[in-house]
Amino acid sequence: MPTYSEKVMDHFMNPRNVGEIPNADGVGTVGNPVCGDMMAFYIKVDDEQRLADVKFKTFGCGAAIAVSSMVSEMAKGMTLEEAKKLNNRDVANELDGLPPNKMHCSNLGADALHKAIEDYESRGLGPREPVKIKDRIEPAEGEEHCVCPYCESSVEETDPTCRVCGAELDLCSECGEPLPQEAEECPECGAKIEVAEGT
Amino acid sequence: MRKVYFDHAATTPIHPKVVEAMLPYLQEQFGNPLSLHSFGEDPREAVEEARTKVADLVGARSDEIYFTASGSEANNMAVKGIALMNRQKGQHMVVSAIEHQSVLNATQTLEKLGFEVTQVPVDQHGLVDPDDVVAAIRDDTTLVSVMHANNEIGTIEPVAEIARAVKEKRKGITFHTDAVATVGILPVDVQELGLDLLSLAGSQFYGPKGAGALFIRKGTRLMPLIDGGIQERGRRAGTENVPAIVGLGVAAELAEESLAERAERLVLLRDRLMGRLTSEMDRVYLTGHPTMRLPGHVSVCVEFIEGESMLLMLNMQGIAASSGSTCTSRALKASHVLTAIGVETALAQGSLVFTLGESSTIGDVDYVAEVLPPIVERLRQMSPLYEGN
Repeated sequence: MPTYSEKVMDHFMNPRNVGEIPNADGVGTVGNPVCGDMMAFYIKVDDEQRLADVKFKTFGCGAAIAVSSMVSEMAKGMTLEEAKKLNNRDVANELDGLPPNKMHCSNLGADALHKAIEDYESRGLGPREPVKIKDRIEPAEGEEHCVCPYCESSVEETDPTCRVCGAELDLCSECGEPLPQEAEECPECGAKIEVAEGT
Repeated sequence: MRKVYFDHAATTPIHPKVVEAMLPYLQEQFGNPLSLHSFGEDPREAVEEARTKVADLVGARSDEIYFTASGSEANNMAVKGIALMNRQKGQHMVVSAIEHQSVLNATQTLEKLGFEVTQVPVDQHGLVDPDDVVAAIRDDTTLVSVMHANNEIGTIEPVAEIARAVKEKRKGITFHTDAVATVGILPVDVQELGLDLLSLAGSQFYGPKGAGALFIRKGTRLMPLIDGGIQERGRRAGTENVPAIVGLGVAAELAEESLAERAERLVLLRDRLMGRLTSEMDRVYLTGHPTMRLPGHVSVCVEFIEGESMLLMLNMQGIAASSGSTCTSRALKASHVLTAIGVETALAQGSLVFTLGESSTIGDVDYVAEVLPPIVERLRQMSPLYEGN
């Protein structure tokens, strides 16, 4: 199991604002159980365009639950404009950091909140229909994210090194997938690797 | 707080008698077994004694046992060693879809070198059908590797039947079994099973880490992975890890003495835990075979919630267990074993594996059965997928 900060463990063991808001002004979901993490956020907006209440339900690992809890705590009382600026990195920092391989998949809380705000704004002043979470699950993205060829952890496309195992990575010029150092052709798309002069 | 170690598949504690036997070889008996002077003498004899004990445990001759540093190394030595040695004869291998990563990833490396690999599927209980294995064999097949039991779902494979079917199809094919999960836990006999190669690891049966072995039937030729000196008759160079090998030998001896009672007791505990977990909670499903499974192995999938969060909460209550969920693997991929037995990816996220051992008691089983349901309920109440409330 990953080593979590005390703050992550606190928010995981004692999550704030768990639940649903039955007549929510906006509902947003991100992730998919197939990927291992799914979050649903519910918001209530007051007359001054502030988040009067924020609640969540989350399927996922310790990090996913802690992130959701932290987002709900941070966002409560914010104006919509402030809440839109909240980003995933701020949330991770507020939790005293997350293990590298959890940054990509579990740190989606701010995205879910933003979707709830979008949902609120797109509804306008129309009637409030109850929302079925099951209908909101997005299809899994499949294997679209980049994976380190050495340790198979997800890697950011722009990272020259894998943050989990530290291996140096090249990216395929054709499809952008990370490549093993000794590769002669891209394992994903088959493109021949052009070796730069002098290397 | 009560401490319950239900993760024996990760590794077992080391038996005190094993530690005791190892100590002299970490202290005064430090000599190199290859040395001709007096310092090498005792370590040399100790290694050979350990070889005999390991051979006895699996029904082999002592000169058919080759020490390695782990079960993974033994698996690599078997798969790569046979493939490379027989390259002229053929470049095709057959393995089951639920083999350990040390077999599957070794075949992947070989694929990069031009070899071809067929993975034989398993049924919903994780069983390999001997007919499927035979059907996958080609004229250029040199190796078949099917594990004795699976560490993630506990299913015991009909290895004897598979080995027989393979040999009937073509005698020249080498048959390997990864028996890391069974040696020292269940009776394993290389003659009865009809094996050419078998991998085992001491850390699975109360021996030390860093000690494994590969049984290589007399007359089976393979390419060494580690070239160098003449240790292990030239098949695995490098100064012997004498303390670990001695420990492995003693663990083998202890296992042989008490194997039957150990297994019998573990089956009772296993069935109690399995029964309580699946009957006292809703939507909890057993993975692996209900009866043809390792004595101390209980694996389930809990619907609507995720494995790592369960493990963290169990850990807070002193319980050590394991999971095959995406989030618990550093690779962030669902277990290939759960995928192979057809568990839906979303359900596989709720995987939990409890592996019991010698020190486990009925009190431990009941403690886990009491502690888990409130954890599951709490996480389900938090889950957007759960509508049971």
